[in-house]
Amino acid sequence: MPDIIKPTDVDQTREAVAWAFAENKTLEVRGSGSKISLGRTLAEMPVLDLSALSGVTLYEPGELVLTAGAGTPLRDIQKLLSENAQRLAFEPMDMAAVLGGDKGDGTVGGMIACNIAGPRRISAGAARDHILGVKGISGRGESFKSGGRVVKNVTGYDMSKLMTGSYGTLGALTEITLKVLPRPEKAWTLLLLGLDDTAAIKALAQAAGSSHEVSGLAHVPQGRAARSGVSYVRDAGCAVTAIRVEGPGPSVEHRLASLRRELAAFGDMEELHSHNSAGLWQEIRDVSLLTQGTQLWRLSVTPSEGARVVNEIANVIAGVETVYDWAGGLIWLSLPAQDDAGHEIVRASVNNVGGHATLIRADATVRRKVPVFHPQAKPVADLSRRIKEGLDPHGVFNPGRMVDGL
Amino acid sequence: MKMPAPDEAVLARRDELITALRVIVPGEGVITDDLELSVYESDGLTAYRQRPMAAVLPETVDQVSRILRLCAQIGCKVVPRGAGTSLSGGSLPVVDGIVLGLGKFNKVLEIDYDNRCVVVQPGVTNLGITNAVSAEGFYYAPDPSSQIACSIGGNVAENAGGVHCLKYGLTANNVLGVELVLMNGDVMRLGGKHLDSEGYDLLGILTGSEGLLGVITEVTVRILKSPETARALLIGFPTVESAGECVASVINAGIIPGGMEMMDKYAIEAAEAFCHAGYPLDVEALLIVELDGPEVEVDYLIAEVERMARECGAENVRASTSEEERMTFWAGRKAAFPAVGRLSPDYYCMDGTIPRNKLPIVLRRIAELSEHYGLRVANVFHAGDGNLHPLILYDANNPGELEKTEEFGSEILKLCVEVGGVLTGEHGVGVEKRDLMDTMFDEDDLKHQQRVKCAFDPDGALNPGKVFPVLHRCAELGRVHVHKGQHRFPDIPRF
Repeated sequence: MPDIIKPTDVDQTREAVAWAFAENKTLEVRGSGSKISLGRTLAEMPVLDLSALSGVTLYEPGELVLTAGAGTPLRDIQKLLSENAQRLAFEPMDMAAVLGGDKGDGTVGGMIACNIAGPRRISAGAARDHILGVKGISGRGESFKSGGRVVKNVTGYDMSKLMTGSYGTLGALTEITLKVLPRPEKAWTLLLLGLDDTAAIKALAQAAGSSHEVSGLAHVPQGRAARSGVSYVRDAGCAVTAIRVEGPGPSVEHRLASLRRELAAFGDMEELHSHNSAGLWQEIRDVSLLTQGTQLWRLSVTPSEGARVVNEIANVIAGVETVYDWAGGLIWLSLPAQDDAGHEIVRASVNNVGGHATLIRADATVRRKVPVFHPQAKPVADLSRRIKEGLDPHGVFNPGRMVDGL
Repeated sequence: MKMPAPDEAVLARRDELITALRVIVPGEGVITDDLELSVYESDGLTAYRQRPMAAVLPETVDQVSRILRLCAQIGCKVVPRGAGTSLSGGSLPVVDGIVLGLGKFNKVLEIDYDNRCVVVQPGVTNLGITNAVSAEGFYYAPDPSSQIACSIGGNVAENAGGVHCLKYGLTANNVLGVELVLMNGDVMRLGGKHLDSEGYDLLGILTGSEGLLGVITEVTVRILKSPETARALLIGFPTVESAGECVASVINAGIIPGGMEMMDKYAIEAAEAFCHAGYPLDVEALLIVELDGPEVEVDYLIAEVERMARECGAENVRASTSEEERMTFWAGRKAAFPAVGRLSPDYYCMDGTIPRNKLPIVLRRIAELSEHYGLRVANVFHAGDGNLHPLILYDANNPGELEKTEEFGSEILKLCVEVGGVLTGEHGVGVEKRDLMDTMFDEDDLKHQQRVKCAFDPDGALNPGKVFPVLHRCAELGRVHVHKGQHRFPDIPRF
């Protein structure tokens, strides 16, 4: 059982890191631990548990801004926003369905560390597009801050973005300020029925290139659709291609009708209204339609090439299942467990079209052996290493979580 | 403005440098003639001028890489320059360095409608991207007011904004990928046509880094389909407070307009005199609210916003009924800077951001400062996102007036920080706000930013004298001060 250090304030956090820095100790940075199996397997080491740095310290709905301690549970933040008809527009996925654990356990710090997003990434961006400021402790045991509480800000380097998606390897974040946005009045979904992957991506591209401000563009192949909790999707008996429209009531109805007209050539259609629409998008967001217990890849690729990438992989590896999001640009791909997680095949297919692949779920032994994150070109890898060495020269934080030896 | 002291040893090697540059860029791409160099002495912040040793205009990525490697070897500083429209002195040259102009990188390389993106060279103008795709009904959303001239490379370097960024995001939210060259000559690609880049968000840290980290040689941006319709409301208010209240009501109602701009009385008068947009002259504040989307949505929201405006005490509300009228509403706002400029020999444009609800108090304090300094101010405000552009009117021919103006400007920016805002919303720190950085950041904050700089440019050769009040040597920043055995902490809960 590793030593767990649980600071209750920022000063204690700094002291803990300063101690580790001085004594050449390493620390596993943790919020609630909900995404502990995401990334490369860490050696056993003392845990810096930031879950006590919890609580919303500033929330001004009219200013569209919220500040919270890094250990604040996301469910608390979402409840507060919901009470004020607001939300995190980037629709952060809940990884419980994928990684195990209870829904809603993640912290805001963990969400930032992993730069989590959801289907609305295509129109609203990811966590990195909504972070306004951070405070944290670098690997030198020194406090630093970046950004502020306003959206328009180019004062100094955007360290907040650098921290976002760094998997806790550059700093222990203590406080996070986010942009929040109003929740639209209505969200409906147009379903195109029975399209194969290639046709579906064509339809999604057409919707993405329309003026209808769509906020979700996903394709769920037949076998996965049959697992949906939404009866219209489950009982469709075929693949469903989903296009979401959000906004004021009359606008949503108008835009959905326009999309029906413009996409008529793609065949049969169905509509999902508020509750059913929300249900389907939650399943897509949380990747709950894929078989659990398998190895899971997340592929971020040039959207128009999504189906081609999947075809190439499925031609070599048996038992591949997929769900497409982001108009084909995000592919969740599961495959039966194998020692190398098929990483060479998966990555070669991704490299052919541009993008990267992350191994989201696999046994600890596999994640020790297979590069979890996409290997980078040498100049980029060298630059990343120099940044890490600048901010965390002794390698205190999460050593080896992203790249071996870093 | 104090710039780093020139390195005499580098100045002494000017001829050698120029010869070597001419080997890399043959023909007319190396500019050394005094008269021709004067073009590069300054940028949009014309109060400052410095003549570089040379200006070089490469045409290929390989040339850029070789130039940077050469300069790194000689110890020659490099100031990258796009269209030179920076309002913060971001491309102000240094005496012991060269200007690296990207003007010849002016081609649109690929338009990819299937993936809603465009690949361009960095010297393409912001508006040039929209023009390249407008025939198909697409556009590039960030629209800084210099968009006819400013280059996309400079937009990335400064994280440019504009009227539309309230709804559609800043440059950072609309760039998918870049090709970047470091001082050591390394060429790399960050991002691409996919939505999120892998590993550390290097694209995120590069955007808004003001040319201090690397030279951008290619940019991939996402494009959007133009909205079906757009209509604007022109709303006059009896007080600045009531206008501010209206902005808050709109946002609180969950409406994010395509643009929401405010002007104060002085700015209204200047704009109206300049382009006769039909602005009401008997109001204290004017709000332009633009709503875009399908007609049914726009009509509905126009009515909603109009109702809110009247509830907040608006006396004068007009909704555009034609595209021509909408453009007229905007004409005054878009010409506000030159319009104000007409009233005075010189004007100085500030760029702080404040929390929206602090606007009334900030405008009151600015009025007090205006009286104190005896300098007039017109205020133009991106009301939706709190970005304030006070324009200070002055005459540089009056001895001491520029200095007084700069002091006044500093006071305004300190005020922005004091109420919870920041020094610069979209113009960048550059040389202009460099020495105010300590009002927002302490020594450790700035050192951590500089450690990132060291990872890209360990000798501090790229765009020196900008952003940081003191640029520490990387060796010094890299040093670790360890106090072994002093860091036991019995009070921290452990399990």
